[in-house]
Amino acid sequence: MKARTIRRHMKESVKNLGRNGWMTFASVSAVTVTLILVGVFLVIMMNLNKVADSIEEDVEIRVHIDIAATKEDQAVLEEQIKSLSKVESVTFSAKEEELDNLISSLGEEGEVFNLFEQDNPLNDVFIVKAKNPTDTMNVAKQIDKFEYTTKVKYGQGSVEKLFSFLSVSRNVGLVLIVGLLFTAMFLISNTIKITIIARRREIEIMRLVGATNSFIRWPFFLEGLMLGILGSIIPIAMISVLYTKAHEYIAPRLEGNFIQILDVNPFIFQVAGILVIMGAFIGIWGSLMSVRKFLKI
Amino acid sequence: MIEMKEVYKKYPNGVTAANGIDVEIQQGEFVYVVGPSGAGKSTFIKMMYREEKPTKGSIMINGINLATLRPSKVPLLRRNIGVVFQDFKLLPTLNVYENVAFALEVIEEQPKYIKKRVMETLDLVGLKHKARMLPTELSGGEQQRISIARSIVNAPKLVIADEPTGNLDPETSWEIMNIFEEINTRGTTIIMATHNRDIVNTIKHRVIAIESGKIVRDELRGDYGYES
Repeated sequence: MKARTIRRHMKESVKNLGRNGWMTFASVSAVTVTLILVGVFLVIMMNLNKVADSIEEDVEIRVHIDIAATKEDQAVLEEQIKSLSKVESVTFSAKEEELDNLISSLGEEGEVFNLFEQDNPLNDVFIVKAKNPTDTMNVAKQIDKFEYTTKVKYGQGSVEKLFSFLSVSRNVGLVLIVGLLFTAMFLISNTIKITIIARRREIEIMRLVGATNSFIRWPFFLEGLMLGILGSIIPIAMISVLYTKAHEYIAPRLEGNFIQILDVNPFIFQVAGILVIMGAFIGIWGSLMSVRKFLKI
Repeated sequence: MIEMKEVYKKYPNGVTAANGIDVEIQQGEFVYVVGPSGAGKSTFIKMMYREEKPTKGSIMINGINLATLRPSKVPLLRRNIGVVFQDFKLLPTLNVYENVAFALEVIEEQPKYIKKRVMETLDLVGLKHKARMLPTELSGGEQQRISIARSIVNAPKLVIADEPTGNLDPETSWEIMNIFEEINTRGTTIIMATHNRDIVNTIKHRVIAIESGKIVRDELRGDYGYES
């Protein structure tokens, strides 16, 4: 395309945005409202994901080894566990180590257990991690069938609940975001349709004198793009400020906890990028949808 | 130049607007299309610039069959055909010059060429001195002259006019006819649907009469033939 043509299209689309001031305002508002909602959901979901990942990372299977098992039996068991396709790693933890962990995790009250150092009641343990945390339950069941295991523990009950909660909330969030995007697209395509009706004659004449469809479509494409980008400014500003504030407040309170929220940088830049792209996409799609009808030959 | 063979057009609502039309029009001819309202004049004309597609039959214009022309090629066809309407179809926010230049701008002509051609054309229709005025500041006849200027600015070989004098008083209609005559003498084919009996009977040209989607009369230097 010629530079002159690009200039013309740019000029046309800016002029039209100005000429249809209120419609522009309505379209931009539709994008703004949608993107604020999408943005808030996005921030919540991405953080929830982060929390979920860290919880999932923490899920491990503790396989208690029968006291009667010999070194050879242990080795066989380890091989059996390793041969399971969904297992990522198997770590051996001797019962002395287990006792130390127990004592240190209980702090001062744990001192009492020092008494057991001579006569350790604990078992040796294999700590097994599944490749995919959601496979934990299956892997645990399989291990349970092997010989020389007394107990197989992975937080039965609570892990299942946690996983189903996480997957439901992820899906619900996704559905909400997609729903919001569609609503915004229809809002925009409707507002733009009204502005196009005012320009029907212009389109009619363009077609009559032999302008190509793509030539006619270009200004609308650019208008949609501009509407979308304009609409994403307020949501981005709002979310950046609010998230920075929220992070300042929440992050120190989670210090030392294994649950963390996402750092401001690069998170808000990622969110900003996603919102700009979404805005542009909604705008362009809405605009081209509404012009399509007028270009039928 | 134009050759219609066995052309039928049936609209989705069941109306048959062309019912077996056969006609041939030579380059440089001036043709009136007459007939009662709803007889199929507009459809006949619309099929020539591919606003409507025939249901059956072929329409050849300069060797191109419009019945099978791909939609993407339609803009190129239209660049060689000028169209004038009863209601002018001008853009009210653009001035006279811009309205005419619009036709060349949207097909991406060189700015220098656009300027030259627009001024020449405005001169031809006698509006050079009003180039900076808005259409709404001008009379109906002058507005129609803008519309004619726009239709011929790209030097098409064919100009199609659908009742170009329909909204004008008799005197102005004659002025408009003079412009069409002028364009025609320069070698452009003109096809004009009209209800104006005086014009058809005074400025003699070929007359094609259409009734119920059929050509019922085709005379060189014919008469209007209907009571008006």
